[in-house]
Amino acid sequence: MTATTGTSGRRETVESSTTSLQARRRALRVRRLRRGWVALALIVPAALFYGVFVLRPLALTFQYSFYDWNGVTEATWVGWDNYTRLLHDDEMLGSIFNALELIIYFSFVPVILGLFTAATIRKFAMSRLAVVSRTVLFLPQVIPLVAAGIMWTWLMASDGVINQTLRAVGLGALARPWLGDFDAALPAVGVIGAWVALGLCMLLLLAGMTKIDPALFEAARIDGAGAIREFFSITLPSLKQEIGVCVSVTVIAALASFDIIYISTQGGPGNSTLVPGLEIYYLAFFSREIGQASALAVAFMVLVLAIIWPIQRLTRDAD
Amino acid sequence: MSRASERNRRTAIAASLCLASIMTAAACSTPGETTSDDQDPTAGSTSASGAAPTCGSDPVVLSTYIETGFPLPKSLSEEFTKQYPNVTFDIREDQFAVITQNAPRVLADDPPDLMRLPQVSDLATDGLLLNLDSYATAFGWDQWPASQLSQMRVDDEGRRGDGPLYAMGLNQSMTGVFYNLDLAAQIGMTEAPTTLAELDGYLQKAKDAGITPMAQFNGGATGGLAFPLQALMASYGDPAEINAWTFQQPDATIDTPETLLAAEHLDGWIKAGYFADDINSLDYSTMMSRFVAGESLLMFNGDWESGNLDTQMPANVGFFLLPPVEEGGEVGAMSAPLTYGIAATAEHPDCAAFFLDWVATNEEARTIGVEIGGSRPMGPSDAFMPEVDANSVTSATLAAGTTIGEDDGAMEFIANATGEIYAKSWTPELQKLAAGQQTPAGLLTDVQADYEEQIGG
Repeated sequence: MTATTGTSGRRETVESSTTSLQARRRALRVRRLRRGWVALALIVPAALFYGVFVLRPLALTFQYSFYDWNGVTEATWVGWDNYTRLLHDDEMLGSIFNALELIIYFSFVPVILGLFTAATIRKFAMSRLAVVSRTVLFLPQVIPLVAAGIMWTWLMASDGVINQTLRAVGLGALARPWLGDFDAALPAVGVIGAWVALGLCMLLLLAGMTKIDPALFEAARIDGAGAIREFFSITLPSLKQEIGVCVSVTVIAALASFDIIYISTQGGPGNSTLVPGLEIYYLAFFSREIGQASALAVAFMVLVLAIIWPIQRLTRDAD
Repeated sequence: MSRASERNRRTAIAASLCLASIMTAAACSTPGETTSDDQDPTAGSTSASGAAPTCGSDPVVLSTYIETGFPLPKSLSEEFTKQYPNVTFDIREDQFAVITQNAPRVLADDPPDLMRLPQVSDLATDGLLLNLDSYATAFGWDQWPASQLSQMRVDDEGRRGDGPLYAMGLNQSMTGVFYNLDLAAQIGMTEAPTTLAELDGYLQKAKDAGITPMAQFNGGATGGLAFPLQALMASYGDPAEINAWTFQQPDATIDTPETLLAAEHLDGWIKAGYFADDINSLDYSTMMSRFVAGESLLMFNGDWESGNLDTQMPANVGFFLLPPVEEGGEVGAMSAPLTYGIAATAEHPDCAAFFLDWVATNEEARTIGVEIGGSRPMGPSDAFMPEVDANSVTSATLAAGTTIGEDDGAMEFIANATGEIYAKSWTPELQKLAAGQQTPAGLLTDVQADYEEQIGG
């Protein structure tokens, strides 16, 4: 449309520009709407699955936690009784403390060892040895946890490789049935968890280290910093985000542990390796106390969130 | 539309999606109200009121849920199909622990015609199992020795030992002590001991000779020390009192002076070092492999291993019931039917009941029961028994079964007193006892306290 003079021409111009603006807006709206529908079509299947397989069980678990129910016959409303019992039941409380102790093995050990190995591997990052080291250390991540549990059960048996090695090097006094000993069972299960988590932590931290500007290391070296000073002043502060991810993932793994413990000790001996995941399973399927199992599950979920949330906040602050 | 309102709209959509999911999920109805309300747990099969039911001549597929690792039910089903070609079996297998945890939901949602059962009392009172009384009358099971069926009877209160029949056994299993004949000969044990003191002497001799006297499983969730403990309870006390406790009879207690003597005797064995030092990490299969490999003098186990041991250690295994305190005293043993039930809403209950009767009465089936199952079949005392090699351990376990019958010493396993007494009480407490962290008296007191809490007493 061309510009015209005079009142009518101005009106026409205004009209035509308004029309074109409206048309453009309409087109934009249609495009947005179309894009919205496409987005919705893409989201709906996932949202549906999420609703059915995550939100629904979550809501049902919360609902069941207020009932005394054996899973078959009609349930009885008991209010907060199942939650109150949690606070007075030594076994359930003990399982939570065991899970908290497992954080040391499942989280702290692999993160610290991961830092150490990643820092070491970084030094010879291009060599074939680094590739082999990375593969070997990452291997536990691709092995199913059940297989890892079975393998370590053999290794830790009284006549397993670990005890045989100890006896061979004259440390026979230390040999013991690791998974059947009241004092050693929880740390022994922790070793399996640490072994599994180490690879992931090492790889994440190594990836983080490669992003650090080499000029920083060069400058530090010029200033006369040694390897240790370099690690604490440059490497460690630069890896806050990766460390945050490692800690979050491994702490959740420690708190939600089930597979490894079910395979290796089933909570024994006594209840020395009983963890909430296993206790929920026993309550639901053996004791048939669905309400109590649900209450423990809900309470435990809250505990996990309470532990993970500050870690996430700290990581965000670090950004 | 402004950016803020667009954001609000999106949030609203997301929130309504979430809310819809949660509302769909919870629906705010009482859990479990639609299941089994219309089932009458005391209702038996009306078709069994007249002549004994059969499988008829039309094609029948019996859905069967069995325990994996035991060849007996499969062998029996194959023989049954051979004799009754119109009947075939649709078999699902699982480990016993899986069956235990699945039983209520499987019986409610996908009711099988025949199912290997864990402890029956909860399932019976929940209306999930068929009352078999009418079949018992029609087939004459109620004419068999009453003790064979008492463990599968459940009254209105959920107590066992009396009331309607809710299951049948494929055979009658029994536990005792298997021993390695070669190792026994090395320490001068040429015959089974006749008193506990004599057995103690042999255990000490074995230890002195560098042989592990007993490799009992007690690791993970399996408190295998319950086997010797219950055997000792029968040596010191009356099996009927133990049964009263297991069947949840009013005021029954496991904490008695006799059971304390038994627990103290077991503790004595632990302190003397008669068990393997890694007992708390030993599982059942490791115990078996060590015994078969000749690494331990004896093991407490059940006659379900008789056939296996006859194959793997031919003519090198003996069997005895734990001897009494004084020579000539009565003996007792854990002895229970290999329990199978019919779901309350099973499709072919008559045919399933006919199969259970056939297992106990057909000569071919009884032969399979002894040769493959290694145990005494159910049925009348004078029923057919197949010939068994006199040198086999199967022969020894069958003879022991007769002794138990004569002494009326059959006991249900103390681990079956309640649904969770084994996993939650016996196993952790026995593991503590093995590690020296629990006293015999404390063990019994704690288990009794858990028992009372679990039965709501």
